[in-house]
Parts: sequence; C-alpha cells; structure tokens
Amino acid sequence: MIASKPDVSTLMQQVLYALIPGTLLLVWFFGWGIITNWVLAIGFALLFEALMLKWRQRPIEPFLLDYSAVLTAWLLAVAMPAFSPWWLIAVAMLFAIVIGKHLYGGLGYNPFNPAMVGYAAMLVSYPVQMTIWPEPVAFSFAHIGADQAFQKVFWGINTGWDALSGATPLDAVKVSLGLNKTLDDIYATGQFGLLSGEAWAWINVAWLSGGLWLLQRKVISWHMPVALLISLGGMAMIFWLINPQIYASPLFHLFGGAAMLGAFFIITDPVSASTTPMGKLIYAAGIGLFTYIIRTWGGYPDAIAFAVLIMNMAVPLIDYYTQPRVYGTKRSWLG
Amino acid sequence: MIQTLRKLWRNPGGLHLAENKDISTQCPSRQIPLAAQLVIPLLQHAGEKPKVVTNVNVGAYVYKGQTLAVAQSNNSVNVHATTSGTISAIELRPIAHPSGLHDLCVVLMPDGKDAWGDSRLPAYPNYTEIDPAILRQRVKDAGVVGMGGAVFPSAVKLNVRPDKPIRTLILNGAECEPYISCDDMLMREQAAEIVAGAQVMMHMVKPQECLIGVEDNKPYAIAAMQAAVDAAQDSRIQVVAVPTLYPSGGAKQLTFILTGKEVPSGGRSSDIGVVCNNVATARAIYHAVVHGEPSLSRYVTVTGNGIAQPCNLEVPFGTPISHLAAHAGGTTPQAKRWRMGGPMMGITLHDPAVPVVKAMNCLLINDELEHTQAAMPCIRCGRCTDACPTSLLPQQLYWFARAKEFDKAKAHHLSDCIECGCCEYVCPSHIPLVSYYRFAKAEIRAERTAKVKADLARERHEFHLERLERAKREKAEKLAKHKEQAQTTTDDSKKAAIQAALDRAKAKKAEAAAQTLSEDTTA
Repeated sequence: MIASKPDVSTLMQQVLYALIPGTLLLVWFFGWGIITNWVLAIGFALLFEALMLKWRQRPIEPFLLDYSAVLTAWLLAVAMPAFSPWWLIAVAMLFAIVIGKHLYGGLGYNPFNPAMVGYAAMLVSYPVQMTIWPEPVAFSFAHIGADQAFQKVFWGINTGWDALSGATPLDAVKVSLGLNKTLDDIYATGQFGLLSGEAWAWINVAWLSGGLWLLQRKVISWHMPVALLISLGGMAMIFWLINPQIYASPLFHLFGGAAMLGAFFIITDPVSASTTPMGKLIYAAGIGLFTYIIRTWGGYPDAIAFAVLIMNMAVPLIDYYTQPRVYGTKRSWLG
Repeated sequence: MIQTLRKLWRNPGGLHLAENKDISTQCPSRQIPLAAQLVIPLLQHAGEKPKVVTNVNVGAYVYKGQTLAVAQSNNSVNVHATTSGTISAIELRPIAHPSGLHDLCVVLMPDGKDAWGDSRLPAYPNYTEIDPAILRQRVKDAGVVGMGGAVFPSAVKLNVRPDKPIRTLILNGAECEPYISCDDMLMREQAAEIVAGAQVMMHMVKPQECLIGVEDNKPYAIAAMQAAVDAAQDSRIQVVAVPTLYPSGGAKQLTFILTGKEVPSGGRSSDIGVVCNNVATARAIYHAVVHGEPSLSRYVTVTGNGIAQPCNLEVPFGTPISHLAAHAGGTTPQAKRWRMGGPMMGITLHDPAVPVVKAMNCLLINDELEHTQAAMPCIRCGRCTDACPTSLLPQQLYWFARAKEFDKAKAHHLSDCIECGCCEYVCPSHIPLVSYYRFAKAEIRAERTAKVKADLARERHEFHLERLERAKREKAEKLAKHKEQAQTTTDDSKKAAIQAALDRAKAKKAEAAAQTLSEDTTA
C-alpha cells in the first residue's frame, strides 16, 4: 500500500536462493545425479501443478509463478538419493503435488508438508532405492559421466555402479549398531571423518549458511530452526553422555543427515507448521524429539520426514493452546 | 533534545512505515475562504443522531455557532452552524462513508459575514469554580467529540464515576499514521490552548498527572508543547516523547506505552484509571468552556501526490473536500484516489462534494489504488501475527471470517482488533484482511442485534401469555370467591331469616300471652 513489501513469490524465491550453496555442494560430491534429480523434480512438479490447476479451474500463471511447487520439487530433489530413477522422482512428485497439496485444496490448505509427503511415501514404498546413495567423491563429474548417469536414471542400467554406491552416514551407523558393533569400531573404519562423514558435514554446513541468510533476511523466524536443533542436539547429548558407545554424538546427529536442511528449509514451510510464536517452538521441538527417537530406535535411518508429518498432525491442537495473550485480556495457561 | 524521564513500555508488533509527513509541514497552517455552500451532517460522532431544532427550517437565517440539532441522549452531542447564512436545504447528502452512503445534512449558504449574533454560550473563564457536571453539559452542548478519529462524545469520557477515580489524563499527540500532520501543526501553533484544555479536563476528572504523549518524529511539536507546559507552570503536566512506531497513536497502545496498563478487553480506559483524549479535543474543550464557543472547525491535513501544495488548513465543518483541494494548490494528474484519514486506516471517498466532518483529520489524494495485486491464498507465514499490536492471530481470524465461523472468531478475540491494518500491510499474499474482520464484526453485531430483538419478542410473547394466564386465573379466582361469598351469604341470610321469623313468632306469642294475662287480670 505505502511501500513495497515481499509477496509470496519473492519469499519463495529467497528460499530457493538459500538452497543454492547446499545444492552446489551436493553436485560437487555426487555429480550428475543431483542435476538429473533437480531437472526431473522441477519438471514433474510444474507439470503436475499445471495439470491440477487446470483441472481445479484455477488461474495457472500466478500459482506457477508463486514458486511453491518449485520449492517442493527442489527440496525433494536434494533429499532423494542421487541418480534416483526418473519414475521414482515422478511418483514422489505425484504424491507431493497432487496428493499432498492439491487434493487438500492447493497452496495454503495442505495440512502436511508436501515435500515430506512425497519423501515419506517413497521411503515406505521403495526403501531400497531410497536409502542407497552413491559414495560421495569430490567433483563427481569426473567419475561418472553424463551418459552413464542418463543410463542409470532413465533405463536403470548399472554399469559398474555397485562399487560406487553405499549408505549415508546415518544408515551406516544404524546398520552397524544393529550388528552389535560399537561406535568406536564404526568410526575406526575411517569412513566418517571428523564429524559425521565429511561430505555430509560440508553439505550440512552449506544448508546452515543458507538458513542463516534466510534468518538475516527475515524470511524465516528463528523459532523453528533453533527449537529443532536444540531439541535434536539435546536429546543426542543426553544419550551420548549416558553411553557414547551406542549413541551417536550430537554433532553426528546435527551434521550427519538432513537436520540442517530440515531445520531451515523443511519444517519452516509455513503452511503446514504451527503459526503462533510459542507454537512454533513446540512444533519444532517435537520434530527434533521424534527425529531422534525414530533415528535411534525406529526402523528408518533418517527420520525428519516422519517427524514432520507427525507434528503436522498436531498443529491445530498446538495452535489452539498457544494463542498469545491478547491486549487487555487475562493470561491463559499457555502462551 | 528529546528526553524521556519516564519509563516507557513497548507494545508488541507495530511497523516502521514511510512517514511522508514532511510534505505537509513545510508551511504554517492557514484558513481558507468559506465555500459557497456548507453541508453539515447531523451525525458526525459515534452515538445517536441529534434532532433538528424547530426554528431551523429551509430559508431560515442562522448565526455562526447557532444550534442546528440537539442531542437526544447521553451518547450524542449538539450540532451547530459553522458560519452565518441561510439554510437552503435539509436533506440527504453524500457523507464521508466508504460505501458512499447518504445521510441527513443541513445545507448552509454562507452570507460571508461569519457573524456570531448572540449564539455564543456563556463563557466560563473561571471554570475552576464551576461544578464539573455543568462543564460536562457544556462540552456536550458545544458538540465536542474525540477528534483523533473515533469521534466519541467527550462529555461521556469526562464523566468520572466515584468508584473509578482517574489517575492519569493522557493527551494523545502521537499521530502515527503516515501523511497526517494536523495534530503536529496544531501542537506547534496552538500549544497554549491545548495545555489550557488539559487543565480544564483536569478540573473535571481530577487526575494526579497529565501525560502528553507525542511521537518523537515531531520535535517541533514536542518543543512547543514543552514550552507551553513550562509557561503554564503546572507541575502535574508532563510532555513525553514516545518512540515512532505505528500504531502508537492508538488510544490503547499509547495508554500502554505511557502507563504499562492495558485497557481491559471489552472495558474502558477509565477501568484502569485513565482518560485519553486527542490534543485537538483538548483545544476544542478549552474553546467550549473558557470562551463558550462550540466545536465548529478543525485542522485538516491536505496531502498526497495528487495535491499541488500539501498543507494544513483550519476548516469549518461542512466544507466540501473539493474546496480544500482547490485551496491546496489544486489537484495534480496523480489525483486518482481521495481518502479520508491516512493510508492505513482511512476510507476511500467517492464524491468530491463530501463535507469535512469532525472525524476528518486528513484528506489524502494520491494515485495509489486499492488492492492492485490479486490476493493469493494465505500461507500462514505468521507475518501478520508478528505485526499485530494486539497480539491477535490475524491469519486464524481470517480463516474464521472466511468460513463464517463467527463463534471461533469471537473466541479468538476478534472484538479486540483495532483495525490498524498492520497485518494487511505485511501480508505477502495481499489479502485484504481488515475487510474480512470488518465483515465478521458486522455479522456478529447483526447476529447480536437479531438475538436481542428475538429475545425481546420472546419475552414480550411470554409476558403476553402470562398476562392472559393471569387474567384467566384472576377471573376464575374472583368467580370462585364470589360464588363462595354468595354461598355463605345465602346460608347466613336464610338462617337469619328463619331465626328472625322464629324470633318474630316467639315475640308475637309472648305478646299474645301477655295480653291474655293482662285481660284476665283486668277482667
């Protein structure tokens, strides 16, 4: 009205910008696989988004240009294993955009985080494809050529791949612990480097830097990232202090998986998150708690997606009980 | 230069807005020639509409200050002729209302003499010797209402209940909306009258202190007010600079900033021992009490890029806004939209003939059109929550208003929304949030009115039934009583009659016997 202010597409664009450093590092370590993920995810997302908008008789252009579908696609592209087959990306985007978003009424109406709906559906349906990442090798373009990448992604042809593929740090630790190894033994293999697997640690630092930029630009508020990282790190700290042979360190939990991506880019999706200041803290802390529980005692190595979906369900309740005290009214029991 | 000795409180939310106030404060305020025709609406305040007095007819000559209409209730004030002239019509005219509503107005053709005749009220220069109740009546007779924009009758505010003593009188000079500078200029130019008005009010409400809150983007006004307070040598009055943050000029917000106390939800500021009045109201009260002059004019900021020479004008009520624009250098090609009030809380006017009223602090003419961008869905980003000075959850209220879930909206304190527009301003989806709240409030009001009406009707009906019932019952009772009475009466009278007959017979017998006896004796 008086001065310019950010609109929805500007906000989404800034989140996209903040994703660039982490994505570039992923490309650095995994090469063509991230690029194919990225192109396919965004392509399918825009296709499904346009089809759904047309079917629902909504104006297509303003909604495509709000970048929300692009953001969902980008998040899935960096969360899915590199060199994911094209159909896996397509089905993931179908779940995210069509089922997770438009069947609930489109932008602003979805109770669940669309990207996490897509991710969780794939994790449940295709656990093998979803947990095998290639070994991170710096500047992977040199190791796997574009032609090999396309063969893998589009025709599923493995040309000497198995030697290159492996588990993510979280998965490796989980599997090894299941074989009654101690963490010391696992770390002794030397595959994890300083924090949690060097490549993953660097990638997490990149997500963190993008997230801090978003905080500085006031695109997101501090509540959710801080609450998630404290809650996840705190849980890890408690159990690590109790028995460091069985329970991984806080640094491992914060830098070994999707904690930073989750804290700054996934749980901050405003549509499906709590919206009161106190509610944001509770919501994010709950995600941290569930992430730790599922990672440590649950069936899946990385657990952000399930934790987010669980807390999405609790949002209406949280919002109801965390209304701030309104000017001139008595203080309620919370908020 | 600006120093604050008092502890101030910080409101939640609020916005730093581009102020755009300088463009209208470059020159002193001035008066302009009378318009050819003044249109004086009867209802310029919150409350009941006053009634036109009998000698005000079409063709009648009225003096400046003469009463045109009289308040019919406590929640109303008198309305006066703002100059001398002839009444040419009393009819419906377009008024300052967002929907272009028409309302009853007295149309006055000025004779140019601006003659008071003898329509001044008795002056009370020694008002300290006069009972506050009489002064309150004067304030009402003089048509003084809150000139910050809410136009609430001032006499009601100044009516202190003995169980709720007033501790603090606040003079609101915060004027936080962008573009508006009329209070700023008033404080610069009429500081002594404002302070004198504060003293009149202090005599009426007997507070311990009077705080004049001015946003610190008005250094000249602060200096002028401070000088006037020093000159008045009244230690109870203090000028307080408050940080510039929209909407600090809201009465509730300013009250909290200055005192740390919150006006209870649904209550009034007197509940916490505070009375808050705009600086322009203080000046109007001074004129009403000390000089016996009704409220006839006000400072109006005429500004925006649609105006050639933005300025402040002192204008009689009833002056058409086109007349203001003409005397502010005329309009420019950017004059696309005319607005009463500021860009945040003002309303768009659709007719340049709309008259200046007591609520009009600013005529903003510019090229900004409303809601040029299509609204996108709410993404619950919570920016509105962060901006809300009342700590509401605007996005939730929006859902409830949209879904017509008015009970939920009420439970989320919709009624505490001050419609400052902060939420709408920061909304990245360009949703006209305040319009939704106004809609929901209107629906709730309508619902309540309908309920009150229905309750009244039901009560009336029940009372009617009960009356019928009672009448029937009473009739039956009466009949029964009558019957019983009749019964007893008949029984008694029969007995009595029989007894009487018996008695009579006895007496006759006895008489006869006595006669025989005497005859015998005589014989």
